[in-house]
Amino acid sequence: MSPTTTVIGAVFNLNHPAHVVHWHFFQMSVSNVVVIGLMFLVFALAIALPFPGATRRRGGGS
Amino acid sequence: MSTTPTPTPTPHGSWTGRVREAAVSALPPEKLLPDGQPTYVASWIYVFGVASIASLVVIIASGSILSLKGPAWWHYTGVGQFFNSVHLWAVELFFFAMVVHLWGKYWMAAWRGGRTRVWVTGAITFLVAVPTALTGYVSQQNFDAQWIATQAKDGLNSVGVGAFFNVTNFGQMYSYHVLLLPLAVVGLVTAHVLLVRRHGVVPPFALESRPTGGPPEPAGEQPPPVGAVS
Amino acid sequence: MSRLSQALRGRDDTGPWTGAYAPYDLIKELCIAVGVIALLAVLLAVLFSSPDDKPSTIAQWSRQMPINFVTAAAKELDGTSPTAEYGPPYNHNGEGQHAAFLYPQKWLGVSHPINTANDFVIDPLQTVPNDPALQSAIAQYQAAPEKTQKAWGEAYAKPLEEYETALEEKKTPTNAVALSSTTGSVSVQASGAGPVPTLMGGLLSLAKSGGLDGSLLTSKQFFQTDYTKPLLFMSDGGLLAERAEGQHLLGEQWGMMNETGSYPGQVWLWLYTLWYQVEPFKSSENADILVMLVMGALSLAFICVPLIPGVRDLPRLIPIHRLIWREHYRAGGPPPAA
Repeated sequence: MSPTTTVIGAVFNLNHPAHVVHWHFFQMSVSNVVVIGLMFLVFALAIALPFPGATRRRGGGS
Repeated sequence: MSTTPTPTPTPHGSWTGRVREAAVSALPPEKLLPDGQPTYVASWIYVFGVASIASLVVIIASGSILSLKGPAWWHYTGVGQFFNSVHLWAVELFFFAMVVHLWGKYWMAAWRGGRTRVWVTGAITFLVAVPTALTGYVSQQNFDAQWIATQAKDGLNSVGVGAFFNVTNFGQMYSYHVLLLPLAVVGLVTAHVLLVRRHGVVPPFALESRPTGGPPEPAGEQPPPVGAVS
Repeated sequence: MSRLSQALRGRDDTGPWTGAYAPYDLIKELCIAVGVIALLAVLLAVLFSSPDDKPSTIAQWSRQMPINFVTAAAKELDGTSPTAEYGPPYNHNGEGQHAAFLYPQKWLGVSHPINTANDFVIDPLQTVPNDPALQSAIAQYQAAPEKTQKAWGEAYAKPLEEYETALEEKKTPTNAVALSSTTGSVSVQASGAGPVPTLMGGLLSLAKSGGLDGSLLTSKQFFQTDYTKPLLFMSDGGLLAERAEGQHLLGEQWGMMNETGSYPGQVWLWLYTLWYQVEPFKSSENADILVMLVMGALSLAFICVPLIPGVRDLPRLIPIHRLIWREHYRAGGPPPAA
């Protein structure tokens, strides 16, 4: 008997044992690696991408 | 003709009056809800604080639906499963936003100019969010909850916390998760945001050849926004 | 400014902002953020849903792994199971973990008393009706002196432990332990075990029927929300760990960070679980308290970053802030206010 409940409505079924990334003594599931990678990427993009309203900040406020 | 009602004079020793005066003095309305920000607030990194708050709003909203229907509901209905999913993904987004916000604030050294308490309340919020999540995981009433509870108990027992915080006691954990710890998180976030409003968003580092505006002051308080266009 | 205050604040020449402001709608920003995050959470929920692996029960454990169940039950009876020897907060049969002179587990005492022999074996068996042989075995066991009870328990447990060790070492186990394919009962060749085989047989039947799950839960009162007893009993066996290993949830698999299935887990626990993978924590009997103390110290340091020289100076030395505030710096510093 399968121990998992049928997942209702999911487009992608993640209910299978995780793929694991092994690096030296680190072991991490692929999904966790993706989350951490996204954190770094989003941080880098947040700093690098220009923020709208530059004209307003240059000319406005006076 | 003035339509502003004349306030009655505060009686001497009135607690209410003193609280009001202290609150208004610390956070006058234009400081509490300013409609302008310093011109250096010009980066996407600044949205991750409000993104963390937004995630918390979604967590509480979805969590409220789950608690309205009781802890077993989400296991046997599609709608319940959906709200559980929203709640879980909102938690992932909450920690995601908090971490990016934390990284940004660290590299900006956002504790400068008397803003130590802003950093402290933020750090404590993150640390309190961790057991808030833990109590949620052990309240799931599924295999994951069984495993996490039987594992986490060893860490907590080793430092004596297990004597009064029993992760295998579903009733206790559910109470902590639905009421006590969310209250703590919301309280800490409120203090954190009010402190940010009081001290203002931290100014940039002065570059060696360019002076900052004004002499250094311990309090680091900033004047109300000037020249903001409404 | 006092010297202490100066030392605590370090080199902080940040003054109040006297430059210009620009319009910035905080409430609108909050509303947009809530909308975006809500949409994102709903999208992720629709795309991936969430995991919900059904919980294990003692009934399932006893049916799927009867020999493992009887081995664990025998150890609960003779007081050699992990729970029986745990110490506080469950009993006084161990001191628990310590770090140098710190014994917080012992100091906080027994707040949730569990006597494994009575709570997990004898009391549930006493609820079984219409079984005079079983009730007579219970009476015989309870009337015997402690030394005799211990001898019976050890005689019965020894072949079971040898069986488990043989399985772990992937060797062929002896015939001393056998599982009947017709009755599903476990027979253990052990002389000098007294009434223990009857007790274990009775407990196995009770467990398979689901009665042990219920008995452990409602033993004190009708309404219950405390699953400590059935969970501790199950964790002394192998079913939970076997399921966990398949889902990469074991400690040595960095399982603390993981979720069942392929879902993202608790990535924020990365540093907490990392310590368990390295010495001296990895092989220490006091690993939990040592890791908790290290993480406690680091958490305190995290809170106190503004007060720690070096750590608080790094942002000035590694100028990521030049990217963040590049517009401000390009404009030559603070523009004049109105």
